[in-house]
Amino acid sequence: MQRLIKITILIIFFFILGVFFISLNKDTAYNTKTLVGKKITKINLEYFNEKKFYQNEDLKKNNFTLINFWASWCAPCRDEHPLLVELSKEKNLKLLGVNYKDKKKQAKIFLNDLGNPYHFLAKDEFGKQSVNYGIYGIPESILINNELIVVKKFIGPLSFEDLKSIIKIIN
Amino acid sequence: MKFKFILIIFILNFTFLHGVEKIVNQNTIHKNLRCLVCQGQSIADSNSDFAQTIKLVVKDLIEDGKTEDEIYSFMADKYGEWIVFKPQVNKHNFMLWFLPYLALILGGIIIMLVIKKKKNL
Repeated sequence: MQRLIKITILIIFFFILGVFFISLNKDTAYNTKTLVGKKITKINLEYFNEKKFYQNEDLKKNNFTLINFWASWCAPCRDEHPLLVELSKEKNLKLLGVNYKDKKKQAKIFLNDLGNPYHFLAKDEFGKQSVNYGIYGIPESILINNELIVVKKFIGPLSFEDLKSIIKIIN
Repeated sequence: MKFKFILIIFILNFTFLHGVEKIVNQNTIHKNLRCLVCQGQSIADSNSDFAQTIKLVVKDLIEDGKTEDEIYSFMADKYGEWIVFKPQVNKHNFMLWFLPYLALILGGIIIMLVIKKKKNL
């Protein structure tokens, strides 16, 4: 009997130790990188200038598409913009800019000042569409292939390293 | 006459209950979703930009006829299990759900055995 109790206590002790060991070695910083490898099922983004919508078929034509959520009021978006301009020169990649919760006039001024790197320009006036892409703050970018599968997700402004990794993936 | 009266009461009652259920669902869902950009707040407690967006999307999903569980699944699919305060049982977290019961049963057995042994002494 005493032995059974001792064994049970030992098992519980090692179990707790194991749980702590695994949990403390885990990266607890939240991210939505779990979306990588998943297919975007329904693309329905409104054109920036027209009452038309970008659908799945529009993006399937491209080898790779980088969906970039941005706004004129977002300071880090300004920082990453030159990198997007650089990426727009890549042959295998098309850029879809989604103007997020922004004023049309301000967005136009932003693009006039810094250049328009986007091959496709859409808007998400109330941010509802952003949920479909797991966006929880901007800027965020999602690299998808022609099967609409998420290849990589970039949370926050793109860095020079991100630029290099995108070029490596698409080539 | 009596039948018509009962029918009207029934329809009114159903409409009222249905309306209440909708409000309750929406609030419950907001409370069960975590605000990812806040410190330990639910969507219901937060006024952040993210929370406002999620509230709009939840409203749309309810209007589309989605059930509470379907909405949680949708959100978990987009943002991971972390967004749901009460995650669904799956192969990664089943221990979390069943271990307390297992510990309770095991503890009960041990206590029972100890008592039995003491009685035999």
